[in-house]
Amino acid sequence: MQHLSPPELAVDAQGLVKVFGDNRAVDGVDLQVKTGSIYGVLGPNGAGKTTTINMLATLMQPDGGRATIFGHDVEKEAQAVRQLIGVTGQYASVDETLSATENLVIFGRLLGLNKAQAKQKAAELLEEFGLVEAAKRPLAKFSGGMRRRLDLAASLIAQPPLIFLDEPTTGLDPRTRNQMWQTIRRLVASGSTVLLTTQYLDEADQLADRIAVIDRGKVVAEGTTDALKASVGLASLQLKITDQKDVAAARHVIHKVLGVESQLPEPTSITAPMADPEKVTDLLVALRKDRITLAEVSVQQPTLDEVFLTLTGHGAEDQTKQGAAK
Amino acid sequence: MSDAAIAITPGAERQTQNHTGLRQTISNSLVMAWRAVLKMRRTPEQFFDVTLQPILFTLMFTYIFGGAISGDVKSYLPIIIPGILVQTVITTSLVTGTQLRDDMDKGVFNRFRSLPIARIAPLSGALLADTIRYGIATTLTFVMGYIMGLRPAGGFGSVVAASILTIFSAWCVSWIFAFFGVIARNAQSVQGISMLLLFPLTFLSNAFVPVDTLPGWMQAFVKVNPISHLVSAVRDLVNHGAIGHDFWLSLLGAGAVVLLFAPLTVRAYMRKA
Repeated sequence: MQHLSPPELAVDAQGLVKVFGDNRAVDGVDLQVKTGSIYGVLGPNGAGKTTTINMLATLMQPDGGRATIFGHDVEKEAQAVRQLIGVTGQYASVDETLSATENLVIFGRLLGLNKAQAKQKAAELLEEFGLVEAAKRPLAKFSGGMRRRLDLAASLIAQPPLIFLDEPTTGLDPRTRNQMWQTIRRLVASGSTVLLTTQYLDEADQLADRIAVIDRGKVVAEGTTDALKASVGLASLQLKITDQKDVAAARHVIHKVLGVESQLPEPTSITAPMADPEKVTDLLVALRKDRITLAEVSVQQPTLDEVFLTLTGHGAEDQTKQGAAK
Repeated sequence: MSDAAIAITPGAERQTQNHTGLRQTISNSLVMAWRAVLKMRRTPEQFFDVTLQPILFTLMFTYIFGGAISGDVKSYLPIIIPGILVQTVITTSLVTGTQLRDDMDKGVFNRFRSLPIARIAPLSGALLADTIRYGIATTLTFVMGYIMGLRPAGGFGSVVAASILTIFSAWCVSWIFAFFGVIARNAQSVQGISMLLLFPLTFLSNAFVPVDTLPGWMQAFVKVNPISHLVSAVRDLVNHGAIGHDFWLSLLGAGAVVLLFAPLTVRAYMRKA
């Protein structure tokens, strides 16, 4: 990818490293996020997503590499960077004992609004995020989705041009998740740049213009959503072979007909990327001709696990290590 | 949700500054103090220590030690009330550390750290709000003393001056506990380390007994103990309306504590992930 000049890049990270003890949580991450886009960082738990965001959001100092936000260095110009970003973490960063309004007013006052402005801004945001009825209640009584919405609202008080969202929909029910997606799309439509992390391929697919797949602290794939999906195969064909001794022959047929390498996650089931659904018929015919009987045929959309299997050769198991910050 | 998209000023066109001025620091600290006061109103149970301790300790210590030390309770009051005042208020400042630790463990501190605010504000605000607690403890101790028969010879003005001196000193000392609060793993360990420091400091002083009754080696410590100087300064004010060298020494000591521990605390706070 060509190196862009700072004004076009909201985030420009080069070789970011963060070490916790002997665990290289982030191990040389490069990220370039164009202004006005949604960028997805995809990876399992403990892959280094949150640590990367924490470094970009000035919450942690990198142990190596450098990063700039709209051209401002995250280490040397941390205070300037903080004026350009909004951060919504994995865990609601709002005050439990206070009400939604009080939380927003405090953040507004801290950002330099006067009392009247802070109150007005709080009312606007609560209205926008559908929290008006709950505005006066203490947060202890809020549901997970309401808390997440309030948290996002709190990140938008200063209308920051860059918003970090760390797993914005983890743990939300499908309806709330869709609302969150709409909100994120609206943010970008109004001119914001969004960098979000997720464990869900479909979330990255739905929202992001570009995706970086991160594994054990390293970026293992980067590109547009379409390019990435194409490399993994739009969907995968799963074949369960009745007789184990036919497996090798079956994989040979797959290679011949589909022109792709197949994987063998279990002794008798074969998965193969399916770029062109039309060719499946040819494959089935070819298998019948070679007298290879199938116990089961199914088509599956790629899961994060498969993306990982394809890109790294291992699954997307939880990579959280003991004592390491997530 | 409204569909009208608010146009956002692009990042490259924004005016930013990498420096936090004094005015912003003060304004941020005041907002954080206001937040602490809001939280206090929601959790009134945290006032138990500053209301019950002055009442209980004043009653207990005065009647236990009064006869033995000064012959009778009334003549012990001018000695014990300043002693208990300092002990109670300084001990209260320990809670600042444990509460700060509790507060910092919550997610909201992550947001404070990501905001373009003065780095010291979340700390200084909490510490500033806690002077309310010291004020309550101070007032209750003097009221208890008055009920039991203390008539300060220095007059009302010097009682107010003594109160301000004590509250200011407690605020300064609370930076030590804030430091422990920042570096400790949890609130319990803050309590542990702090008690270890506070117990000898408050008891190995002139707060409860005349110094000349103590063995020589202990006298040596008691005489250099800053708590003793603060107690003496409060006694001078309350009983004689006088400002002696103990007053200036206390102010100097308290100021030195802030100058040392405030930067240490802020640095530790900044480094903490």
